[in-house]
Amino acid sequence: MNESPKTSVEMRDVCLAFDEKEVLTGVSLTVPTLSRLVVLGQSGSGKSTLLRLILGLLKPTRGEITFNGLKVTRMGRLRLNRMRRKIGMVYQYSALISSLSVRDNLALPLEELTTKSREEIDHLVDEKLKLVGMADARDKMPAELSGGMRKRIGLARGIIMDPELILYDEPTAGLDPVISAVIDELIISLSEKIGATSIIVTHEMGSAFKVATHMAMLYKGKIIASDSPEAFKASTDPVVAQFIAGDTQGPILNATPS
Amino acid sequence: MFGPWSSVRTSLQHLSSVVWLLVDTMREMVDRVVRGRLPFRLSIFFEQTDRTGVDSVGLVSLVSFFIGLTMALLTGYQLQTFGQEQMVPGLVAISFTRELGPLMTGIMVAARIGAAYTAELGTMVVSEEVEAIEAMGLGPLRFLVGPRILAVFLLLPCLVVVSNFTAMGGAALISRWAFDIPLRRFLDAALESMLIRDIVAGTVKSFLFGLIIGLVACYKGLSVRGGAAGVGAATTSSVVTAITIVIAFDTLSNIVLVALFDT
Ligand SMILES: Nc1ncnc2c1ncn2[C@@H]1O[C@H](COP(=O)(O)OP(=O)(O)OP(=O)(O)O)[C@@H](O)[C@H]1O
Ligand SMILES: [Mg+2]
Repeated sequence: MNESPKTSVEMRDVCLAFDEKEVLTGVSLTVPTLSRLVVLGQSGSGKSTLLRLILGLLKPTRGEITFNGLKVTRMGRLRLNRMRRKIGMVYQYSALISSLSVRDNLALPLEELTTKSREEIDHLVDEKLKLVGMADARDKMPAELSGGMRKRIGLARGIIMDPELILYDEPTAGLDPVISAVIDELIISLSEKIGATSIIVTHEMGSAFKVATHMAMLYKGKIIASDSPEAFKASTDPVVAQFIAGDTQGPILNATPS
Repeated sequence: MFGPWSSVRTSLQHLSSVVWLLVDTMREMVDRVVRGRLPFRLSIFFEQTDRTGVDSVGLVSLVSFFIGLTMALLTGYQLQTFGQEQMVPGLVAISFTRELGPLMTGIMVAARIGAAYTAELGTMVVSEEVEAIEAMGLGPLRFLVGPRILAVFLLLPCLVVVSNFTAMGGAALISRWAFDIPLRRFLDAALESMLIRDIVAGTVKSFLFGLIIGLVACYKGLSVRGGAAGVGAATTSSVVTAITIVIAFDTLSNIVLVALFDT
């Protein structure tokens, strides 16, 4: 247990159902440490749900999830809280605390979980805001920002604790092309500079192939393909090929999950 | 699964969830303290005590003042026919310290603060803020529920004291004017009629009601599902549930007290 584990996250035969509705029906996935895994999948296929499972925010109905070799599915409340400090989550809809200013939103985990001084915290907040190009929004309230701006603040908050694992839920959806490219580069540089493992959920094929070192496709509750980006590009699997090409003809739309 | 049994079962499920909410909140807070940190920042706590306590003083005193006044007036007129209007001070003093003070304040705080807590937490659930707080490992119970429950738990008894005093004030004023009882005599008679046991019972009840209101409000808020409509429904349900439980507890404790002390 002394050497850093080669596998960051591992899911084994994970099933999840909301009431009667089965969303995941046996997901198995291995995320190597320091990799950037892009998860593809249709809208509603359960990608956000997958990220919530890794954080232990949802309990799978069956199967096992480990993070750094520790079983997330067996942890109690307090141990989960401690584990979550090492994971940064960038929400699809930002999920900023609406009653706190941008600065306080970013400072919150630092103030609550570390013993850093006010100056250090302010310095870190400014640094992360600069990374996402939002330095001048420091004293604004979330309600005063556009959706894309909020998203970038959400990203800054996700990385404020320098996490070991960063989960991005559609980090570039709804952003203009220039900012999207900036964010893509940020994802790459974060994983290389602070040595973070990344799991990125995205629909934008351009940025997917730019950032990915590994790719996986979630379809009908299972991971139907998990491979390198090159292999994905050349894939002959009809579902994967249709999804990447964005064709209207193929198995996907004809078999919309109920 | 219809009929009374299923509703008993759901009630019991809710009850156990509420108890677990309290237990988990305590555990998250103790875990912090063990690691040598305050369970939550004092500024957050004082923000809650400010809105729970200080901001409720106006409403509580206004309502209590007029209830005390009305009570003195009505009972006074009845007692006057027997020439017993000097019993008014004792009547108001006893009713308020052991019964009406905690009950009325509980109802007012449930409506004012319980509703606010539920709506606030419910909105945060709907906008994924609670989940984000949990995902950061901050411990949403310690961070959101802890200061709120503690604030209403500690401040409700203070508000009850305010309620008792303003009610007596109202009663004293009207007694002077309608029944010619001087303030001094009113005070003496009121003090004489009060028992330590009544005061203790009233205080214990106040703490208990505060805990119930805080727990119910936070529980309802955190279990909101289904957007804006869900928040509205939860808020209504929070107020109704808290008031019902407060009254039920009050009745129960009265029965127990009467059985124990035979008064
Ligand atoms: N809390 C919940 N209760 C019930 N069903 C849910 C809940 N959360 C998600 N679902 C269902 O689970 C499925 C997967 O949802 P999820 O949000 O993970 O999809 P997604 O892949 O992230 O989609 P998108 O790309 O649109 O964000 C959906 O069909 C949704 O209806
Ligand atoms: Mg999603």
